[in-house]
Amino acid sequence: MELNQIYTQILTEHNNSKRNKHHIENPTATLKGVNPSCGDEIELELREKNGVIEDAGFTGVGCAISQASASIMIDLIKGKSTDEALKLAQTFFGMVKNEITDEKRLEVLDEAIALKDISHMPARVKCAVLGWHTLENAIKGEKDPE
Amino acid sequence: MNPWAEDFPILKETINGKRLVYLDNAATTQKPVPVLKAVDDYYRKANANPHRGLYALSVEATQKYEDARRTVKKFIGARKDEEVLFTRNASESLNLVAYSYGLTFLKEGDEIALPVSEHHSNLVPWQMVAQAKGAKLVYLYPDAQGRLTDAEIGAKITAKTKIVALAHVSNVLGSIYPVKKIVEKAHSVGAVVVLDCAQSIPHYPVNVTELGCDFMAFSGHKMLAPMGIGVLYGKEELLNRMPPFLRGGEMIEYVHEQSATFAPLPQKFEAGTQNVGGAIGLDAAIHYLRNVGYDRIQKTENELLNYTLDGLAEIPHVTVYGGTDNRANRCGVISFNVEGVHPHDVATVLDAAGVAIRAGHHCAQPLMEYLCVHSTCRASLYFYNTKDDIDVFLAALRKVRGWLGLGA
Repeated sequence: MELNQIYTQILTEHNNSKRNKHHIENPTATLKGVNPSCGDEIELELREKNGVIEDAGFTGVGCAISQASASIMIDLIKGKSTDEALKLAQTFFGMVKNEITDEKRLEVLDEAIALKDISHMPARVKCAVLGWHTLENAIKGEKDPE
Repeated sequence: MNPWAEDFPILKETINGKRLVYLDNAATTQKPVPVLKAVDDYYRKANANPHRGLYALSVEATQKYEDARRTVKKFIGARKDEEVLFTRNASESLNLVAYSYGLTFLKEGDEIALPVSEHHSNLVPWQMVAQAKGAKLVYLYPDAQGRLTDAEIGAKITAKTKIVALAHVSNVLGSIYPVKKIVEKAHSVGAVVVLDCAQSIPHYPVNVTELGCDFMAFSGHKMLAPMGIGVLYGKEELLNRMPPFLRGGEMIEYVHEQSATFAPLPQKFEAGTQNVGGAIGLDAAIHYLRNVGYDRIQKTENELLNYTLDGLAEIPHVTVYGGTDNRANRCGVISFNVEGVHPHDVATVLDAAGVAIRAGHHCAQPLMEYLCVHSTCRASLYFYNTKDDIDVFLAALRKVRGWLGLGA
C-alpha cells in the first residue's frame, strides 16, 4: 500500500476545504454518525424537498479519510433523489469492500473513486464509510438517541 | 546495537517493505525467545489439566502453574501465594475487585476516588459499582505537567472515600503517580486502594508490601508474556471476605442441589480450567526481565525518552501532552499531535514507513475531554527499542503534514 494511493490530491483538497463542512439552512434531517472504536463523529444535515436532496452539509471531527469522504459524498448527492443517493451509497460500499471492481459501474461515484484503494486498508474502511452510512440512516429516517 | 533486540524474532520482520519499528509497547510488548520456548515446551511436553488429574502429567502441569504463582509472588513482593490470583488480564482483575469487593462492601453515599486519567478498565467498572450502589465517583485532576498535587489528593480523598482506584503510571501521559502518598492518605480515611500496574510493572519494580496497596492488577502481555494471562494481587484478609467472582469448576468445596461452599484461596477466584501455558509464559517473562534488570531497563528507556522528546521538540507543528519539564517523573509513553492532522492519518503515514504507533483515545476518553483533545498519537518505548528506531520515527513524522497537503 503506497501512501500516494490514499493521500491523493482529491482527498487532501476535500479534507482541507470547508466547502461542505458547515451547517445548512432549514435541514429536514440531522443525524450523528460515530465510529466507537476511534471516537470519530460527524453530524450530517440534509434538506429534502419532494424526494430530492436540495442541500447537505456536515460538521464534526475525524481523520482525513472520513472528512474527505463525507465532503465528496455531499458533492455527489446534492440535487439527486434520495433513491439515487441510496444507490450511490450501495455502490460506494461495494467499491471499498472490493466487491464492485467494474470501472463502468463505479463511474457514477466520480471523485469518490479516489477512495477505491481503501479496500486494501481494512483498518481504514470504517473511516471512508462513516459519511455514507450516516446518509443511509438519515434517509431511512433514523433519529439521534435522546 | 541493542543487546536484547536479538531475542525478539518479530523485530526482524518487515512491514510495508520496511524494517518494523515497534513503538506501541504500551498496548502490548513483543515476546522474546525464552518466553516463546517456555510456552512451546509446555504444550509439547507437559500439557494436562492442572489440579484435577491423578496422573503424572497433570501433577507436572499443576506444579508448573503453582511455580509460576510463586514466581509472581516474589516478583511483586506479596507475602503469600494465596494473595496471587491468575486472571486473563488487568481488566479482568479490576472487574473482579469491582464486582466482588465493590458491589459487596459499598453503600449509598460512599465515594470512589480516581484520577481522570484512568484507563477505561479502572473506570467503567467503578461506574457500574457507583450506579448499582448509589455511590459517587470523585475525580482527581492532574496539573498541566501531569502531576497529582498534594492539594488535589487531600481535597478528593476524604472520610466518605471507600475506594481509591488509580494507575501507577498513566497510559496516556506517562506520569508516574505518587502511589505511596496516596495509599497513606487512603488508609488514613479507611479506604482501600486498587492499583493498576499494567503500565508500570514492565518498566519499574513494584512491591505491593512496600507500597501498601490493597489490590494490584497487571497484564502479562504488556511485559513480554503471552496475551490472556494477568494477575490480581489482593490482601489475604480482604480476599477471604469477598464472595467469588466467577463460579464453576475447581473453585468449590462442596456442591449440593441448592447451595455450595467454596474452595480456599486462591482457587476460590480461579473458576474453570486456567491458562497454564500463559502462566508459564509469564514465569519465563519475569525471569527474562530479571536478567535484563530494571536498572538497565530504566537507563535504556530514559535515554530513549530524552532523545525522543528532544527530537519531537524540534519538529514544527508537534504538541506533546503531559510532563516534558520533569522527565524523571514520567516513563516512555509519549502522547502527541501534529497540528491539522488527525492521529489516524499520522499513524497511517508512519505505518507506511514501518513504524507502529497507537492513535485514538487510548481507552481514556474522560482524560481526552479534560485535555480538550479529541484523540492523540502515542509512541511508547521498551528496552529493546533503539535510537535508530527513534530516528526512523522522527523522519517519518516530519513528512506527515506534507502527505496531507499542508505546509511542513
